[in-house]
Amino acid sequence: MLAAIAAPFFFRRWGRTCFYYLSLVPAASFVWLCTLLPGVLRGEHVRESYEWIPQLGVGLTFRMDPLSWILSAMVLGLGALIVFYCGSYFKHTNKYSGAFAAQLIAFAGVMFGLVTADDMMVMFVFWEITSILSYLLIGFTNNRLSSRRSALQALIVTTAGGLAMFIGLIMLGEASGSYLFSEIIARAPETIADPGASVSLPAALVLILVGALSKSALFPLHFWLPGAMAAPTPVSAFLHAAAMVKAGIYLVARLSPAFAGVTPWTETVAILGLFTMLYGGYVALKQTDLKLILAYGTVSQLGFISTIVAFGTPSALYAGLAMMVAHALFKSVLFLVTGVIDHQAGTRDIRRLSGIYRRTPLLFVMSLISAASMAGLPPLLGFVSKEAVIELVFDGAAAGGLGALGAGATWTVLAAVCVGSVLTLAYSARFVWGAFAVKPTSFAHPETVTDDRVQPTSFHQVTAAFGLAPAIVAVATVVLGLWPEPLHLLVGAAASEAGETDKHLALWHGLTPALGLSAAIICLGFALFAVRAGLERAQNALPALPGGDAAYRYVIGALDYTAVRVTGATQRGSLSFYLAVILATAVVIPTVGLFIVQTPPLNAMRWFDSPAQWATALTMIAAALVVLTANKRFLAILMVSVTGYGMSLLFALRGAPDLALTQMLVETISLIAFVLALRMLPARLWNFRKPRHKPIRALIAIGFGLFMMALAAFSLSSRVEAPISLDMPRLAYEIGHGKNVVNVTLVDIRAWDTFGEISVLALAATGVASLIFIAGRQDRGPHHKSLDTRSLRQVSRRYAERTDLSTGAQVAGRFMNVRRDPFLVAGRTLAPENRSLMLEVITRLLFHTVMLVSVYLLLAGHNLPGGGFAGGLLAGLALAMRYLAGGRYELEEASPVNAGVLLGSGLLVAALYALSPLMWGGAVFSSYAIDADLPVFGEVHFVTSVIFDVGVYLVVIGLILDVLRSLGGKVDESLEKERGSRPAGGRKRRRITVRRTGNMATPAVASGPVTATSVEEPSNGSSGDDRSAESTQQEGDRA
Amino acid sequence: MIDAALLIVMGVLYAVGVYLLLEKSLTKVLLGIMLITNATNIFILHAGGMPGLAALYDPDTPAEDYLDPLPQALILTAIVISFSVTALMLGMIYRSWVLSKKDDIQDDAEDRRVAQQPDYDPEDDDAAPVEPSEFEGSEEQREEAYQERKRAERASAEESPGSYRMQHEHLNRGDRDRGEWDS
Repeated sequence: MLAAIAAPFFFRRWGRTCFYYLSLVPAASFVWLCTLLPGVLRGEHVRESYEWIPQLGVGLTFRMDPLSWILSAMVLGLGALIVFYCGSYFKHTNKYSGAFAAQLIAFAGVMFGLVTADDMMVMFVFWEITSILSYLLIGFTNNRLSSRRSALQALIVTTAGGLAMFIGLIMLGEASGSYLFSEIIARAPETIADPGASVSLPAALVLILVGALSKSALFPLHFWLPGAMAAPTPVSAFLHAAAMVKAGIYLVARLSPAFAGVTPWTETVAILGLFTMLYGGYVALKQTDLKLILAYGTVSQLGFISTIVAFGTPSALYAGLAMMVAHALFKSVLFLVTGVIDHQAGTRDIRRLSGIYRRTPLLFVMSLISAASMAGLPPLLGFVSKEAVIELVFDGAAAGGLGALGAGATWTVLAAVCVGSVLTLAYSARFVWGAFAVKPTSFAHPETVTDDRVQPTSFHQVTAAFGLAPAIVAVATVVLGLWPEPLHLLVGAAASEAGETDKHLALWHGLTPALGLSAAIICLGFALFAVRAGLERAQNALPALPGGDAAYRYVIGALDYTAVRVTGATQRGSLSFYLAVILATAVVIPTVGLFIVQTPPLNAMRWFDSPAQWATALTMIAAALVVLTANKRFLAILMVSVTGYGMSLLFALRGAPDLALTQMLVETISLIAFVLALRMLPARLWNFRKPRHKPIRALIAIGFGLFMMALAAFSLSSRVEAPISLDMPRLAYEIGHGKNVVNVTLVDIRAWDTFGEISVLALAATGVASLIFIAGRQDRGPHHKSLDTRSLRQVSRRYAERTDLSTGAQVAGRFMNVRRDPFLVAGRTLAPENRSLMLEVITRLLFHTVMLVSVYLLLAGHNLPGGGFAGGLLAGLALAMRYLAGGRYELEEASPVNAGVLLGSGLLVAALYALSPLMWGGAVFSSYAIDADLPVFGEVHFVTSVIFDVGVYLVVIGLILDVLRSLGGKVDESLEKERGSRPAGGRKRRRITVRRTGNMATPAVASGPVTATSVEEPSNGSSGDDRSAESTQQEGDRA
Repeated sequence: MIDAALLIVMGVLYAVGVYLLLEKSLTKVLLGIMLITNATNIFILHAGGMPGLAALYDPDTPAEDYLDPLPQALILTAIVISFSVTALMLGMIYRSWVLSKKDDIQDDAEDRRVAQQPDYDPEDDDAAPVEPSEFEGSEEQREEAYQERKRAERASAEESPGSYRMQHEHLNRGDRDRGEWDS
């Protein structure tokens, strides 16, 4: 793994030679593996275990038994050779070869982990990693469409299978009570006998088979393997012949001895496997691409091996594993040879290749040996192992059945195996002939034919390093064929895990029926090859079998289509549509469930509470209905406010003074915020578009209203328990040390809620500020002293000359340039006609008082109505008053600390208060009462939760300040800019144009309030559409 | 006991609120949300039972006589939160107006585009070319092409000595950029 991570860095420096060094990693592992061999053969299993997720019982448990050893040896040994081979295969300048090598080495490591993992979950993790690495390796040439598509296809098919397998593994694990292969297999007899698992066990096994067979490319999930031939050839040799596709066989071999007796196991694998064997062999015969011949050959062989292994008897395991090893050896050679040919000749098309055996006899011999082994010709390993298989099946059939299959079924298997072997021989011959022979002109590609002769393919001499890897493997094939003893020891040991077997691999068994069958197969196979031209014509004439590939593409296409249509139908992009659907659902489904299916009891209705309540209620209803019909923006807003104030009254009438107070304050501030924010918008509310779907909306609205009424009525009638809050008054007093239960609830009993809430307030405040200011908070606005007063004087001079002004405006004009104005600076910063003397005077009188009351509310809130929220809102209202009277400069004056600091410090105070009890061992948000006797104040009773309330207070002020600054001050500024840029002289308006003189401080100030004063004629009683409430108020003043 | 007045007010506020919520105009949607908030607060208030005394603790008053303080605390929270929501929505309305002079909820054009998207995807549905080789030409041809490139390189280096290195690097980079990966 380390090597895989480090590989790309080495490659950047040394190029492709790194492959040679890198191959030492799997080679060294292989040597290490060999040192384990004696112990493994003696039956000592090497175990290693580390904790990983003990909560789920998943541990990194690895176990080396003979079966694992065989597969590990294949993975590491062939892996080393193939990595070595890559060193000649790839180009020096290929910048991706580092990543490629990393993936290849990682694959070898992961595959090793897969076959040695004892824990099923760990095995599954490795399984999925191999799928992903396979995806990366197939898609290596990512500039080719076929590569990308095949890679994705392989990934989707194998991971879909993996997903099914995952479910199967969990079911198996649950059924047998363990996730370790060793324990599952040991307990298998009990699991099978367990009546509770009679359904889940077969289901689990079928699901596992889906995964295993998809990985091993059995029909109908075989199609990804030929597609995967888009991978570089070394990858095909390693993953898609020797290693990854063997994972499925490994799993079948692992579980077969224990579960072959469970009904669908052997049958499923046998039917699919044999069909795959025949189908793969048949299709391989008509391929013209060398790699595709091999790919379909691999599909065919995998089907064959799976079938044998799935019988689960020790002998079957013995024969099947021998066949698997033989397959890995000959198939990897053939792939590597194909890679060499492709590399040297630039094509793998057998119609273009001609006469290569003359150029490279060694390569030819290697291929001949391996293809002969694949075909099952003596004296090679392929023959030896196939002989074992045929003998096994024949003996089984003669003895009345093999494993779970009866005699008839076993004869069928034998027949299929024989036919499959005939096909195998035919395509093996086709491969050798196609790759090396001189082609007849009738077969060759027209481009390669000149003067009625097929031109020999241009073929460079193969370097020794390039041919080394296939040569070594080919030698192994011969040696093991002549002397199969080492293989016998290995597969014998693996099979003996499942029970005794008398099988023995040998080149010569004597004159047995199996030998006769082999001879027949060989004769028929060569005959089939001899008639290849006719066969090919026949195959081309027959319609192609509907493959899984077409089904796959159909499914993926249908999925795409459905996804687009469903998204198009549901994601309409219209908020109203979504809301209508949601609300209608919210009405219909509970209505059906709650009121129609089962009607709960209903309490008596109290029709008359008090006249005041009914009066309030009727006012609110009337106001709400006016909102519906209002076509002026501010009318609608006012009416909504009426309902808000009505709420306040209802609260008061019901006995909730805190709520009444807070609602009243909030409503006022909301109204101010509304007026401030919406003064730019046209007064008419809904004139943009004709309202659509009116009846439907009305239906949903009325339905929802009725539904909520019913819901409220029924839910109020359903109370069976005494309210939890009955204890709260006592708790509030004894533990919270306060008499105002609501306030103590907020700052003590449910302090976490409140803390969350003030966080939301801070967020909302920041949100408003960022919506308006956009870039930064601009916390410190321009100071009023930076305004130039000389321009003011000019204005005032002209203003004084005017006689057509109302008395109020004249008085305002007189005050407009009073320089000493320590408290309210409106005189200097607001245009005279925007000022309201009444408001200014009232503000001067009231501001400090209101602030003081707000602090009182904050502190008294613990025992009397009030608290941090009410206090903060009141303080905010006082600030709003200052703003309305004096404009945005005044607001800056009124807030010595900016909004951001207020929000932050409020949160900080609250958080510190929450955490500080931890210091002396208390719980978060614990409150304490401190009684002290102070010299001046007398006895003081202080409860610490007031500190939390101070935090709330600060955050609320910060929020309101932000709202005023943003919706008030900043909007003022942009309105002024806009008016300033508008051409002078409206129909009913006159302008005082102020020429800017002197040095203006900043551009922002330059467009300040003075330059932007549009004066409205007093006679023009009806205010402009976009005037704010304050100007309306001022007009009232003037009138 | 169920208070009829509260129930009816709540129902009307919900109905009007939902009707406004389904409008296109942002201002109306905001007003709708405010009405729904008020209606919900009435609901919670009503869940506290019948009117009672203000929840100011007095040792002699039995707990049942107070108006349930828990819903009150919830409503108090809700009131202030809804104010911050209102403020945020106002900011949005303002911004939307400044940007587009519209007070409308816009339909999502991206969603419309998805609905009209064709289900033919070239990556998935184009016919893949049959490629019987990973390499461009035989080893000899590739070797020739490589030598050709070398020659061109050397020639250009002779024409303008000193730029050899640059040219060389450029060619190498070109190689890699084209994603050639075979030898």
